[in-house]
Amino acid sequence: MAIDVATVRKVARLARIAEPEERLEALAQELNGIMTWIEQLAEVDTDGVEPLTSVVGAGAPLREDVVTMGGDAEMITFNAPKSIDGFFVVPKVVE
Amino acid sequence: MSVLTSLTLKGALDGLNAGDFTSVELTTAHIEAIEAARPLNAFILETPEHALSMAAASDARRALDLQGPLDGAPLGVKDLFCTKGVRTTACSNILGNFIPQYESTVTSQLWRDGAVMLGKLNLDQFAMGSSNETSAFGPVTNPWRSTSSNKPLTPGGSSGGSAAAVAADLCLGATATDTGGSIRQPAAFTGTVGIKPTYGRCSRWGVVAFASSLDQAGPIAKTVEDAAILLTSMCGHDPKDSTSLDVEVPDFSLYVGKSIKGLRIGIPKEYRVDNMPAEIEKLWADGIEWLKEAGCEIVEISLPHTKYALPAYYIVAPAEASSNLARYDGMRYGHRAQGANLTEIYENTRAEGFGDEVKRRIMIGTYVLSAGYYDAYYLKALKVRRRIAEDFDKAWERCDAILTPTAPSAAFGLGENSNDPIAMYLNDVFTVTTNLAGLPGLSLPAGLDANGLPLGLQIIGKPLDEGTVFSVAGAMEKAAGFNAKAARWW
Repeated sequence: MAIDVATVRKVARLARIAEPEERLEALAQELNGIMTWIEQLAEVDTDGVEPLTSVVGAGAPLREDVVTMGGDAEMITFNAPKSIDGFFVVPKVVE
Repeated sequence: MSVLTSLTLKGALDGLNAGDFTSVELTTAHIEAIEAARPLNAFILETPEHALSMAAASDARRALDLQGPLDGAPLGVKDLFCTKGVRTTACSNILGNFIPQYESTVTSQLWRDGAVMLGKLNLDQFAMGSSNETSAFGPVTNPWRSTSSNKPLTPGGSSGGSAAAVAADLCLGATATDTGGSIRQPAAFTGTVGIKPTYGRCSRWGVVAFASSLDQAGPIAKTVEDAAILLTSMCGHDPKDSTSLDVEVPDFSLYVGKSIKGLRIGIPKEYRVDNMPAEIEKLWADGIEWLKEAGCEIVEISLPHTKYALPAYYIVAPAEASSNLARYDGMRYGHRAQGANLTEIYENTRAEGFGDEVKRRIMIGTYVLSAGYYDAYYLKALKVRRRIAEDFDKAWERCDAILTPTAPSAAFGLGENSNDPIAMYLNDVFTVTTNLAGLPGLSLPAGLDANGLPLGLQIIGKPLDEGTVFSVAGAMEKAAGFNAKAARWW
């Protein structure tokens, strides 16, 4: 398996976490240590076993299709790093 | 002051009802205790004015005989629960000065029942940690010290602030959360009682998400009865959480003190791990004796996939965390860093905002979910998760509750395990199985080790059978006669 520096760089990019180039080697070693320990799962026979995604037996509950909360721009943008008149101010996305 | 803060929650509620003191007096005593205990770093935000106004309102309600089941009782709140108008950080810099505009369902139920909020409690950043050392506010120091050394010890984690505050008599009880053992391991390390209920009992709405299929709220308290009283208020169906169970919530305190004669208690042989201190083995054996004396039948059981629980957890939890924590992008709330373009702003925001352990788990989660690895890791872990749940299903054919140690050691020194992630993860070896299977688990203090540090035993119950867990815990608490307190040094 072995996570190399290139894999760490790719994963950091996917996770949108800036990692300086000089940290990548140490991170690769760290993640390798953890993933090697996790490898022992291969010992478990899981042939024909359904994955367990939820311990709650019931299916997804349904509710009336009505507005429950919302419509309060001031509340929604209260913690925004930047906002104007109830709108989020974000960096330019489309060039 | 010392008298009022040394009361149990039940004792305080009885005193308030008898008119022995007011909530304002009780709350003031706790505020003073918190101020004096700042070296513990348990509270990261004190809200004394808020507390006193809630206490005065409680006294007014009581004067009109309109009090709720927790009326006037001052509590602490883990800083993972959103509290309206009161800063909530998950102990991460990425949330910065986040002021929720809403209240978590669990805390709203405590206030509905009359409780008083003293402030917000320290935790491992995003509840990721077993020693409280990943907190952006610095670690909590355990009120307990070894009799052989004054070195600072961890209170455990992630609910280290909650456990330390209860152990040091800074509050009558506290909210906590448990994803892999974050209520029960700190409870064991601080001589307190903590319970993680069945998954779905407590609403997750308004609780900062870590791993949604595992996260459950619960109380840390001074006694089994106090934990039962708090849990009764915290549980209940909530339409705002799609995994919240629409089931009746009994008054759990009625189960404390009930006879456990004839109950079958399972002892899982796989919970004897290498390098477990002999004192913990001994304590476990003591626990078995107490249950025999109380009329229980002891049954040896097998949970064969136990050793795979932690590795499976360290795929499932980081995978869910990497998804949940994708929301911290610096656009809608929290910290926003500078950058030349949008991607760089995201990357810098998250690099600056998240601590090392959080980044590590997001990276693991991203890796195991990435193309080419999903089946080999994530799907495999979900299948092992079912194996672990099936182990318990089989065990329930032979027993009504299970007794295990809570943690593989007593509280360790701050800094001792912080450079070895896997050594840190092993703290949860006995607790994480119940998160994966969704079962209730309670830790209670059962004795002291040779260094005078508390050790805990865990009782695991069937789904939704917290009642039996509380009955067994009540009987064990009585038999253990644990009444040691941390000697005050702060």
